[in-house]
Amino acid sequence: MDIQSFFQNLINAMQWGSFYALIALGYTLVYGVLLLINFAHGDIFMVGAYIGFFVATFLLGSYAFHLPMILSPNVVFVLTLLITMILTAGVGVTLERVAYRPLRRRGAGRLYIVITALMAGLILENGNLALLGASRRAFPDLIEKVVYTIGGVTFTNVKIIVILAALGVFFLLETIVRKTKIGMAMRAISYDRVAVPLMGIPIDTVIVFTFILGSSMAALAGVLFVSAYPVLEPYMGAMIGWKAFIAAVVGGIGEIRGAFIGGFVLGFIEIFVAAVFPSTFRDLIAFGILLLFLSIKPTGIFGVARAQKI
Amino acid sequence: MLEIENLHVQYGNIEALHGISLHVKPGEMVTLLGANGAGKSTTLMSIMRLPPPEAPRVTQGRIMYKGIDLLPVPPHLVVAQHKIGLVPEGRRVFGNLTVLENLKLATYARKDTAQIHRDYERVFSLFPRLSDRKNQRVDTLSGGEQQMLATGRAFMCGADFILLDEPSMGLSPLLMQELFKVLMDLNQAGMTIFVVEQNAHIALKYAHRAYLMEAGQIVMEGKASELATNPEIQKAYLG
Repeated sequence: MDIQSFFQNLINAMQWGSFYALIALGYTLVYGVLLLINFAHGDIFMVGAYIGFFVATFLLGSYAFHLPMILSPNVVFVLTLLITMILTAGVGVTLERVAYRPLRRRGAGRLYIVITALMAGLILENGNLALLGASRRAFPDLIEKVVYTIGGVTFTNVKIIVILAALGVFFLLETIVRKTKIGMAMRAISYDRVAVPLMGIPIDTVIVFTFILGSSMAALAGVLFVSAYPVLEPYMGAMIGWKAFIAAVVGGIGEIRGAFIGGFVLGFIEIFVAAVFPSTFRDLIAFGILLLFLSIKPTGIFGVARAQKI
Repeated sequence: MLEIENLHVQYGNIEALHGISLHVKPGEMVTLLGANGAGKSTTLMSIMRLPPPEAPRVTQGRIMYKGIDLLPVPPHLVVAQHKIGLVPEGRRVFGNLTVLENLKLATYARKDTAQIHRDYERVFSLFPRLSDRKNQRVDTLSGGEQQMLATGRAFMCGADFILLDEPSMGLSPLLMQELFKVLMDLNQAGMTIFVVEQNAHIALKYAHRAYLMEAGQIVMEGKASELATNPEIQKAYLG
């Protein structure tokens, strides 16, 4: 591999790593707080992309009912991101309230809640299929694509936006979790859930906040993803969701920096494997490497072994 | 201040408390004594019902605090609104947080910034060792230090009534004395205190009044000094 294609692959790897990282974050935050693997999270990413699609096409005036003024595509893009993040956070919070909270209230075991999460994911996928049909949709071009070429390496402004968004989210979340009281409460819950109310903290508030963070980051990933690869279909969240989950585990689930590093590691392995081997070998070799890694360090890169609570 | 009347409590189908009644007056330091399994912790857990599976079920009786029925109040509001702090059995401090973060978390529902700052100073003057370890992760502290932190944390909730569940457990006699002296200091400064203890020696030394529990019932009550000289108690608990 020459230096030029190395840097080309590096940028692609960082873009995919950013997608994985943004989604992995939702898995890791919810796991950190509830010790729940929220298997519906990949489908929250899909829901985010669809909400983004409808928000964007509405703002562009594609429907009979539309805004009185015409917005420039860049404004539409920013508004779409913000509105989609808010609405998708609402979906995530609803999912928690409807599917997980009743089980938690009754003291259900973790296995039952994980199975509920799997089912919730299938319901989101198939609900979408039933409501909107199987036909694919194309996400409108909101950002005028600009291609830069530096030293033979080409990249688009979309890729730069994706990578910067992931880095920005990382620093934002680290700050929330380290410095704010609600962030401390999130860390405290992962250590001892029962003792948290003794601090005068309503557990449900912390859980809702966690779902808001995770779901809005999945929405951000969803809109950015379809801005780069503008095809929407109901199962688009399944594979990328699994991969992001694996990234979260490789990074050390429950750890924010783990989700990011894990996401980037997966992005790098995938892209560089595909650069060397035939592309049909990509996932086989990539996951083989990760499996090997986990067998050596089962707690992931940043994870520490801890006693199972709850 | 706190009045428990005819309290019956079940775990599943098994009744653990068979109609107990007790009260704590403002400014008092009261202790609830008894052997393992007598129902002391269950009594505390009925005041502050933590989430399942740890929550006992109250089937009869009532718990009144300052004239308000506490039974329907969720635990975080017992702390945040009614200003009751609990130092739970086994301390249950957050080991993955620093000392300061643990204390800060306890102020989650408080808005009185000026008083919060005075309370930090108070905690650090009561427990100078915590002050030296402010930024240390709590799982690196000794058991005694963790017990101090758990007590300081309950205080930082802004409580004017503190419940403690077996605070002497796992502490050396010296640390026990130190902790109870702090409780006495707090009590003399106006804090109402209710201590559940197995160690009758130390609890009777510092408390004003005491209750004795056996098999889910209160079998004796009176001034701590009287219970301390009661021949039955001396035989069974002060050996």
